[in-house]
Amino acid sequence: MRFDTPATNNPIDQMKVVGQAITRIDGPRKVTGTATYAYEWHDASLKAAYGYPVGAAIAKGRISSMDVQAARQAPGVLAVVTAESAGKLGKGSLNTATLMGGPEIQHYHQAIAVVVAETFEQARSAAQLIKVDYVEAPGAFDLAAEMENAVKPESGDPDSAAGDFGPAFEAAAVKLDERYTTPDQSHAMMEPHASLAVWNGDELTLWTSNQMIAWNRAQIAATLGMEEDKIHIMSPFIGGGFGSKLFLRSDALLAALGAKAAGRPVKLALPRPFLMNNTTHRPATIQRIRIGAGQDGRITAIGHESWSGDLPGGGPEAAVMQTRLLYAGQHRMTAMRLATLDLPEGNAMRAPGEAPGLMALEIAMDEMAEKLGIDPVEFRIINDTQVDPEKPEKQFSHRQFVECLRLGAERFGWERRNPTPGSVRDGRWLVGMGVASAFRNNLVMKSGARVRLDREGVVTVETDMTDIGTGTYTIIAQTAAEMMGLTVDKVAVNLGDTRFPVSAGSGGQWGANSSTAGVYAACVALREKIAQKLGFNSTDVTFADGEIRSGNRAISLAQAAGDDGITAEDTIEYGDVSEEKQQSTFGAHFVEVGIDAYTAEIRVRRMLGVAAAGRILNPITARSQMIGAMTMGVGGAFMEELAVDKRRGFFVNHDLAGYEVPVHADIHDQEVIFLDETDPYSSPMKAKGVGELGLCGVAAALANAVHNATGVRVRNYPVTLDKIIRDLPRIG
Amino acid sequence: MRQFTYERATSAASAAAAVADNGNAKFIAGGTNLLDLMKLEIETPTHLIDVNGLGLDKIEATEKGGLKIGALVRNTDLAADERVRRDYGVLTRALVAGASGQLRNKATTAGNLLQRTRCPYFYDTNQPCNKRQPGSGCSAIGGVTRQLGIVGVSDQCIATHPSDMAVAMRALDATVETVKSDGVTRSIPIADFHRLPGDTPHIETALDQGEIITAVTLPPPVAGRHVYRKVRDRASYAFALVSVAAIVRPDGTGRVALGGVAHKPWRVEAAEADMPNGAATVMRKLLDGARTTEENEFKVTLAERTLAGILEETKG
Repeated sequence: MRFDTPATNNPIDQMKVVGQAITRIDGPRKVTGTATYAYEWHDASLKAAYGYPVGAAIAKGRISSMDVQAARQAPGVLAVVTAESAGKLGKGSLNTATLMGGPEIQHYHQAIAVVVAETFEQARSAAQLIKVDYVEAPGAFDLAAEMENAVKPESGDPDSAAGDFGPAFEAAAVKLDERYTTPDQSHAMMEPHASLAVWNGDELTLWTSNQMIAWNRAQIAATLGMEEDKIHIMSPFIGGGFGSKLFLRSDALLAALGAKAAGRPVKLALPRPFLMNNTTHRPATIQRIRIGAGQDGRITAIGHESWSGDLPGGGPEAAVMQTRLLYAGQHRMTAMRLATLDLPEGNAMRAPGEAPGLMALEIAMDEMAEKLGIDPVEFRIINDTQVDPEKPEKQFSHRQFVECLRLGAERFGWERRNPTPGSVRDGRWLVGMGVASAFRNNLVMKSGARVRLDREGVVTVETDMTDIGTGTYTIIAQTAAEMMGLTVDKVAVNLGDTRFPVSAGSGGQWGANSSTAGVYAACVALREKIAQKLGFNSTDVTFADGEIRSGNRAISLAQAAGDDGITAEDTIEYGDVSEEKQQSTFGAHFVEVGIDAYTAEIRVRRMLGVAAAGRILNPITARSQMIGAMTMGVGGAFMEELAVDKRRGFFVNHDLAGYEVPVHADIHDQEVIFLDETDPYSSPMKAKGVGELGLCGVAAALANAVHNATGVRVRNYPVTLDKIIRDLPRIG
Repeated sequence: MRQFTYERATSAASAAAAVADNGNAKFIAGGTNLLDLMKLEIETPTHLIDVNGLGLDKIEATEKGGLKIGALVRNTDLAADERVRRDYGVLTRALVAGASGQLRNKATTAGNLLQRTRCPYFYDTNQPCNKRQPGSGCSAIGGVTRQLGIVGVSDQCIATHPSDMAVAMRALDATVETVKSDGVTRSIPIADFHRLPGDTPHIETALDQGEIITAVTLPPPVAGRHVYRKVRDRASYAFALVSVAAIVRPDGTGRVALGGVAHKPWRVEAAEADMPNGAATVMRKLLDGARTTEENEFKVTLAERTLAGILEETKG
């Protein structure tokens, strides 16, 4: 099905099932431990051996010698594979560094060997017997030091401009010119990267934890020099990804290499420290923001520049993207510059670009509002735009940004905020409120599904779509149920298998809208086939209560299916309609924080997120996405930082004791409001994404609240007590 | 983790003897720290002596009016003991500020004292560390140091001791009771139990090889408000940036010990005379000679302000 005109009325608009607060259909399996994750396919791998990786001990250089003899002879060891013994390996186009290092080492903890043994303990123990000598090479590890060597990236639309920024900024009545920094961050999801590899001749079956299994199949084919059709990947349950599982990573490659060498199925999970230095991370940024406005608060000039670093061949963190679209202003510029750093590979993490970009921009907006003496909510409203400000001929498909701000302010009690920083006290706590805008583009992706109606009247959906904890199983069941006139208990959903039609996958907050649109397309085809089989005119049939009806005839779907059942398959593909209008998602975050007047400890008191993101397919799962993202925003604001050792070139705090994310005690009162809206330009579902939107702006709202509470402006994340304690009011 | 042999000890002295004869043997009780370190091969004992069955899991009143806490009393049980809660509030508060409920259920009194630093360079076996591998150098110095020590540090090591419990015990003037393989017992004041790093940061306590902790004895209760303030970036389940154990009498006199600043719980008795004069005066003496880095110098201010908050809260 091609989607090339805006959606009109369709069965989804009935909202009998779609849009309803239905609890997760996979919930019982998860809470009873019967949802099988990649490391847990015990039945499939009764004879599986265990793989354990070895990571490089240096950041950059070469392996001069490697002694694996002791490891090979250790108890239970079946195989040791290194770059030397692995044979020729390719590199997938989505990887920057190679997944198996040696002799050249590109980053710390780059995998250099895998040890396979009968037990996990034997594999781990033997891995530590491998002796490696290195010749270290000097590397670049300090983004601030490399800023001047940063270059304009060759691709990815690094620069944009409209009007004449320089003179307009100089001439502005009120100006801001500040520098902000965001640190490297780790996805730190619960389930580490894990894979089970089974070879049958030249065919590879891989149970893995991956968000995009069609990409993954192509990448492993390229890496191992195989045909894609010899690779079967399954990833039905995923314990979180946040972008770290978009790509093929070393767990899958090492399991495959180890299984080949050992002649046995091999399972391998990356040890927790590998998450930080072996896989990808969100790159640090240095951002310069300039805003010029008139005394009336109207922005006349806005400029946003961002510097980030990556390994050679990598890309920039696109931190300026939202600034091209979020606020009005005639004269504007954005620019991204990329430095070469020899730290581990930077790549996508939840809301790449916008998350760190808004961390900076939304502090700048708060500072600007303060300079202007305008309420920060009003300042944002004044600068709303209904068109792409760089291309004024292009309208937004649907933009209820102002509505988010106004409704949020009302519900949060924003009018109670004292605009004078440091003036509200509650016992020992200094109290402040903050606001920030949320913005993230809505991406759409081609997505396919197969649906089968059986003689029990059950519809089974098959698509290679993944559920990374987001609720995909449930919203797909709701979509099929709505389309076929069923309840969700009459729908079975099978996901994450390369034998199923290729879907959008989970990433870039495109998954929910795109994958359900694919199911919609397949269901349209199935409805057609059912009507045809029964000799009904497909234009005047309805599907309701388990029946197909036409005029005064009604036949149950079970009966219609017959013994053979009926199967249909289709793929939603997007035509120009997605280019005609600018599709984005909008929101606003309101937060209240308390700062201990003595110790400067920073704690969140309450949070409200308001989102305008098209049709909400399921308010329970969507709310979970929002509050999860808001929690992640607390981490981004107040604790998360991969600390770089700038001499030795690695992230030092590479475990969950050192890399702190919020715990339950950090999160109190969270509220979420979704505006009631539909966007006919997004898909027949009229939905958009919320999973990343929910993170966008949260950290800045919190940083702004710290300023409101204390009068201290921190522009370098994370906002920790050491950055404010010296500037707090004197005590005693 | 290297392969190891395992035995269950039947008496403290025989356990001590087994370790005294074998430099590669270690005691194991709760295992909340040792097992992690063994998995990373930071600790590589070839023999483990399980001391959980020694019966040292009671809290008893002493003749002098204090409490004798068995070495194997779990942190959860110690924190919940009615006498501890009533008479040694600083200790209960310190205990529940540490780790998580699950860990406290396993962790023992002696094991808590013997837990090793959380310096990230100690935990990464690819990095030089004088504590892990004497003479290899300290990679923390000049590296990422926000969490690390500011007082009593050396050119060889700037690690901190991570315990909360030990900080409270230092304020309470606890005594560590031990026995050696020959049956000889010692009472080591907690002030002397943990060592400063100096040139031998790998030697962390006053225990001899084969000496085993049997109990920690608390003197009679110290009157005053018992406070433990642990300051950290998140609200729970993190090691202290700075912690303050304090006992404050109504006249403003009292005791104060710090955690998160040194290789041992940090207390300078001479500084306590200044408690009625305010936190700044106390800290000048308590943190005299502090050697900070750009990343951790905030701990000086933080310690002072944390104590100031306690003094304010305990007034009158």
